[in-house]
Amino acid sequence: MTQSVLTSTGASPPLPEGLQGIVADWSSDQRAFKKVPWGKAMMWIFLLSDTFIFTCFLTSYMAVRMSTTVPWPNPSEVFALTIAGHHIPLILIAIMTFILISSSGTMAMAVKFGYEKNKKMCSILLVVTAFFGASFVGMQAFEWTKLIVEEGVRPWGNPMGAPQFGASFFMITGFHGFHVSVGVIFLIITAIKVLRGDLDRQRPGFMTGRKGNYEIVEIMGLYWHFVDLVWVFIFAFFYLW
Amino acid sequence: MAYVAHDESDYVPPAEVEEVELYHPKTFIGKYIWSQDAKVIAIQYSITAIAVGLVALVLSGIMRLQLGYPNTFSFITPGTYLQFVTMHGMIMVIYLLTALFLGGFGNYLIPLMVGARDMVFPYVNMVSYWVYLFAVLLLMASFFVPGGPTGSGWTLYPPQAILEGTPGASWGIILMLVSLAFFIVGFTMGGLNYVVTVLQARTRGMTMMRLPLTVWGIFMATILALLAFPALFVSCIMMTLDSLLGTSFFMPAIVSMGQQLDYGGGSPILFQHLFWFFGHPEVYIVALPAFGMVSDLISVHARKNIFGYRMMVWAILAIGALSLVVWAHHMYVSGMNPYFGFFFAITTLVIAIPTAIKVYNWVLTLWRGNIHLTVPMLFAIGFVFTFINGGLTGLFLGNVTVDLPLSDTMFVVAHFHMVMAVAPIMVVFGAIYHWYPKITGRMLNDTLGKFHFWATFLGSYAIYYPMHYLGFLGVPRRYYAMGNTDFLPESAHSLNAGITIVALIVGAIQVVFLYNLVWSYFKGKPSGGNPWGATTLEWQTPDTPPKHGNFGPTLPVVYRWAYDYSVPGVDEDFIPQNQPPGEKTRGLEET
Repeated sequence: MTQSVLTSTGASPPLPEGLQGIVADWSSDQRAFKKVPWGKAMMWIFLLSDTFIFTCFLTSYMAVRMSTTVPWPNPSEVFALTIAGHHIPLILIAIMTFILISSSGTMAMAVKFGYEKNKKMCSILLVVTAFFGASFVGMQAFEWTKLIVEEGVRPWGNPMGAPQFGASFFMITGFHGFHVSVGVIFLIITAIKVLRGDLDRQRPGFMTGRKGNYEIVEIMGLYWHFVDLVWVFIFAFFYLW
Repeated sequence: MAYVAHDESDYVPPAEVEEVELYHPKTFIGKYIWSQDAKVIAIQYSITAIAVGLVALVLSGIMRLQLGYPNTFSFITPGTYLQFVTMHGMIMVIYLLTALFLGGFGNYLIPLMVGARDMVFPYVNMVSYWVYLFAVLLLMASFFVPGGPTGSGWTLYPPQAILEGTPGASWGIILMLVSLAFFIVGFTMGGLNYVVTVLQARTRGMTMMRLPLTVWGIFMATILALLAFPALFVSCIMMTLDSLLGTSFFMPAIVSMGQQLDYGGGSPILFQHLFWFFGHPEVYIVALPAFGMVSDLISVHARKNIFGYRMMVWAILAIGALSLVVWAHHMYVSGMNPYFGFFFAITTLVIAIPTAIKVYNWVLTLWRGNIHLTVPMLFAIGFVFTFINGGLTGLFLGNVTVDLPLSDTMFVVAHFHMVMAVAPIMVVFGAIYHWYPKITGRMLNDTLGKFHFWATFLGSYAIYYPMHYLGFLGVPRRYYAMGNTDFLPESAHSLNAGITIVALIVGAIQVVFLYNLVWSYFKGKPSGGNPWGATTLEWQTPDTPPKHGNFGPTLPVVYRWAYDYSVPGVDEDFIPQNQPPGEKTRGLEET
């Protein structure tokens, strides 16, 4: 296992013209996506697969919303809070959305500092992102508790209307919340690894990637931005519709 | 004659990726049980899949006993019959074929064929197998729970799948759904590995357009699986919720045994859409690796380059893309807008074009080839026959108007067993006979192999040909017993009995194959590194069977496509992919 022949043999033949050139370029040897590390390629493909999962969830929700014969509860009424005497629709969801999207910002900054090898800032921002994520999950827990305890919403029925409302709500937000929670755990793990310098030393083990390379932070970021993006769709299709 | 070689070049770009450092365990457990070596994982996958497949084979034998000789066997009640139908279908399609093609052959062949040391994420790959094994054990556990396994048919259609009265409605269905969800999780881990290895971890000179078609087939099938399994995953979750929590995703308002149930407002058709959005690509998840492998088998054993390599690649991609938009042809009788039927009939029939291209190219590869009727070649030709047969009956069922009377008859059973059971299994057998020498270093016994082929091939025809006729007569599928009906002549019953006898014989003959596998492992003729004279990289390894890391100290470098057989002007009738261009070209390049 000592081979490291990096020399080229002969001259590179020119790419063919037109479509054949495009094919030859994309199918060129060793790597289809040049400069893309394995872990990043894997994360992109995983997210593509995960997109199909959430798409199936959301289309199923729309299908049962159409098939049910009972009127659908009005989300802006259900998800309203009375704060200091004011009845504000969707206020909690708005705050949750704001926090989650802000966490995308801190995540992007963590990636930037990661590539600059600024271990301190990178890990701080990762922890901040994890904190935002955790508070998102916390508010979701509050929202669930309120719905279950005060409004009497259950997966199999609710006093406001179609039973599919509760079923879809708990299933979709639960699955998304699970994604966020997993993300928070991995953000903390990544932050510890960055702070300890595991990524510089390529300490053998889980998720350390290539030596001196902070691509793990970026891969984590891809996942986190995806979770945010999915939330935007859930927000639009479930809460605003 | 002039020296002609397709897609040969002496230019090899520099290595883009550093050598990977593999984890080399020292203990037996680390090497063979908790192994991160893709080849060992492949063997683990294959043995598990074949073992669970044998269970399903026995189940099919019991089903045939009931169909051929109704009212004879007291241990087969209507309930157990339905349970056997369900488990047979689900095990064969998912736990045997999908796992064997992608987890088994994919793991073994992808790293070797693309010239990689291992899969890109060996640890994840290992976990993938253990999750798969857990899913298999969950499924097998359903035989031992109260009520037994689910008897809802392998399509698990709600509402009946989770209602009282269907066998296994309490425990069996839950175990089935959870097992499927775990299978999907495990498969996703493996599938990400296969795709990234093909895309990003090929050796120097191995362009995508020089990949053996086996890799192309497995690659596209894995992409399909990664896009199609999510629909099954979601429907499993939703049906589990319907069953356990009493949600009504798939459940309309129902009166069951005079009782109004608590369900209401759900959509059973939604499940069918989700299921078949997975279910139809699933056909191609099984078929595309078979297509790819059979292309290589035919090319190697006909000593001729595959006809129309690029066309074959594009056909694989086209079939993959189209297979995602044909799912509702399984639902012509479910009640759909007629324009939907129109759309799905067209897309279904359009798939016949790239598929026909592939069949023509296989036949044209054989044409004027130096055909060696070895056992793998026999199975490959057997595949082409059965696949054409199954494909043609597919044209019947793809048309809405023709499908309506044939739907849910034995014709459908015959069609999909021909195209999706016998045809891929032919390739599985052919591929095992072909690659067994590389895996073990010994040849499988030829005489036993030929006997196995003829018995299986002729036997499958004897089983499924008459079944088409039964379907035309109107014999419905999944019925426990037909009883006395006016529209079925007495001869239909004797035909059913005949099918049963043949099916039992063919099933029993598979023991010969298993015996061959075990016997040859110890006593088979040593094969050497490249018994078939094949060009692809897995046959050029320094050790047979290949060691962990596959290629010894240096990775191979690829100078040509995978199909340089009988190249004019070359003495040997094949040129390995890693052989540099001939002396003449070499000299020119060096000056």
